Amino acid sequence: MTSKPKVAFFDFAGCEGDQLEIINLEERLLDLVEVVEVVSFREAMSEHSDDYEIAFVEGSITTPHDVERLEEVRSNADTVIAIGSCAAFGGINSIRNEQDFETVTERAYGEDAAMFDDPDAELFDSFAQAQPAKAFVEVEYEVPGCPIDGEEFIQTVTAILQGGDPSLANHPVCVDCKLAENTCAFDRDEICLGPITRGGGCDATCVSQGTRCWGCRGLVDNPAEDAYSEVLQEYGVTTDELLNEFTLYWSWQREHGPQADMQEVEQ
Amino acid sequence: MSQNIDIEGNLVTRVEGHGEIVVNATDGQLEACEWHVVESPRFFESMVVGRDWDEIHHIVSRICGICSVTHTMTGLKAVEDAMDVELSEQDVKLRKLALAGETLQSHVLHLGYLALPDLVGEKSVVPMANTHEEEVKTVIRLHKLGNELIETVAGRSTHAQRTIPGGFSQLPREAELRDLRASLEGSWNDVETVVDLVLSLADELPEFTRETEFISLTDPDEYALYEGVPYSSDTGELDLADYREIVNEHVVEQSTAKFTKHDRDSYMVGALARFNNNYEQLGPMATAVADRFGLKPVCHNPYLNNVAQLIETAHLIEHSIELIDSLLESGLEAQSDYHKPDVDVTAGQGVGAIEAPRGILFHEYALDETGTALEGNCVIPTNQNHANIQLDMERLVPTIIERPQEEIEHTLEMLVRAYDPCISCSTHYLDVEFVDTQPE
Ligand code: SF4
Ligand code: SF4
Repeated sequence: MTSKPKVAFFDFAGCEGDQLEIINLEERLLDLVEVVEVVSFREAMSEHSDDYEIAFVEGSITTPHDVERLEEVRSNADTVIAIGSCAAFGGINSIRNEQDFETVTERAYGEDAAMFDDPDAELFDSFAQAQPAKAFVEVEYEVPGCPIDGEEFIQTVTAILQGGDPSLANHPVCVDCKLAENTCAFDRDEICLGPITRGGGCDATCVSQGTRCWGCRGLVDNPAEDAYSEVLQEYGVTTDELLNEFTLYWSWQREHGPQADMQEVEQ
Repeated sequence: MSQNIDIEGNLVTRVEGHGEIVVNATDGQLEACEWHVVESPRFFESMVVGRDWDEIHHIVSRICGICSVTHTMTGLKAVEDAMDVELSEQDVKLRKLALAGETLQSHVLHLGYLALPDLVGEKSVVPMANTHEEEVKTVIRLHKLGNELIETVAGRSTHAQRTIPGGFSQLPREAELRDLRASLEGSWNDVETVVDLVLSLADELPEFTRETEFISLTDPDEYALYEGVPYSSDTGELDLADYREIVNEHVVEQSTAKFTKHDRDSYMVGALARFNNNYEQLGPMATAVADRFGLKPVCHNPYLNNVAQLIETAHLIEHSIELIDSLLESGLEAQSDYHKPDVDVTAGQGVGAIEAPRGILFHEYALDETGTALEGNCVIPTNQNHANIQLDMERLVPTIIERPQEEIEHTLEMLVRAYDPCISCSTHYLDVEFVDTQPE
């Protein structure tokens, strides 16, 4: 193979923090462009081409226009990779999924919220729910996190370039947290989502920085069985209790499950 | 000579978020000239409702990845204002240091990765790695320095964890601060290199001026970034509690975003506004950079916002060194690695304002007696600049209308980029009918 694989980045509703984490790779980004050809990265370059094999998508899908763009990306790319929690499973944006949409628009737009009912106001044709890319198209891989971990991103790209399978770790954050020798948040009278959150990419950074795991990497596959039972037992909490307590990142995922694939989500 | 022009619908690249420029002329007659914002609404004001006082900053941090420290800290300031929480002097200095790191990171990102390619005639920084290898490496080093500052103080460069209501969950070590100080001192050559480069390309910055009002924070003791009160170049000091009367968010025909206005039809926020309003308080290195460009207040050329960012870059390095010196001099007062400040949770309403890299940012929250948010409001800098961008475009386009379409488009894109708009932050959009922009 003579040509480098072409990759493109696309952003939907999100803070673009994941693309920033990629820019933050600094010199290593220059190494990356040695092995792939970046044909579209709106945040950093003006060029754009629809000819690419690998597409990275960031942000959640919140409007019919988003869906159109996403479908186009899907049809152009061989491989679609969701980066960040919003693209992978709705993330913070999905907090509003549990709120009444009319109230949501009124809180943000006041009396101008009527625009959301106006069929001519296209930009305001927002879905009542923020959803991940896989609710609409097939997504091959995910790099979750809010923001993603640059190292994990590199590992994913490397695995794909070498024809490997960059599947995610399937242990809870607690394992990384114990390895980091942190004092458990439960011991500090806090509630922590580490026992049911997917580890393997963040080194339990939030606990290491003195707070707790908020669940930003999403639910670990099959949290009921794989949860870090040692921790849960010690502090007398159940998986369900933890799961139900938190709607920060998981409003979409709690309903659809960690393994949710493309499915019938009303548009 | 008259021509038909139809610039439409392409997303402006190398900015945060999604914006479009629409310009349309038939036979040299300008028919439409609009700055559109097409980002999907994200409803943060609703997302914070029902959340606890110690989660709000975590949520609003996600308004923007590039200025997540600023959003976090403005959210914290508003919550702290609502509950009358006092910060220790040490914590205030540490917050200022993290904020300086973020503004440094953001300015260098904008200048070096997004705006410089325009000046050297490239479409991105990637090809510049071949044509301007040393300069690109310098930009990378400075960008990293900003991120290192945030990481050392706040724990992570994007969506940092350590800043919490009442202070920090964890502190940097003195040795880390000393290393940081050495890196900051060691960066002057790099600043010099970027100054030389931008200076050599300064002719590429269009000459265009339109008088406008500048709004920023101001503080009697220092170049205001974290502390201070709102200030208008037209009307002087303003009251933070009345911030809604400062920004006057309103809907404008043929615009997709809520605009703001204060004393005139538009005002500008950001590096140039701060430079114009608080020039006297810049550090000596920063003033020297300004002198090399011959830049003095009041400057009404929006393209020179890029130069103001460069001047601030020097200032931020000086300011950070000062902060570290004063922290080390008094010695860091120790605290546990899982510190939770004592906060008396009370009902209340609070407003916070901070200078984000792109300009003054306001957050306001109302909390009930359990500390649960009842209401939230965020007015972000990019929204405050929309009206100014629109009016600049209206003034600029007729003066360049006879130039090739490509050049008009490029000049306008540069204008938008000069404002460093971060459209993913723009929390309020309103769509009004579009004019028909198709030429006859
Ligand atoms: S519960 Fe949280 S703090 Fe405790 S071990 Fe697990 S991740 Fe770490
Ligand atoms: S500790 Fe939890 S919240 Fe923090 S980065 Fe890791 S998964 Fe995300």
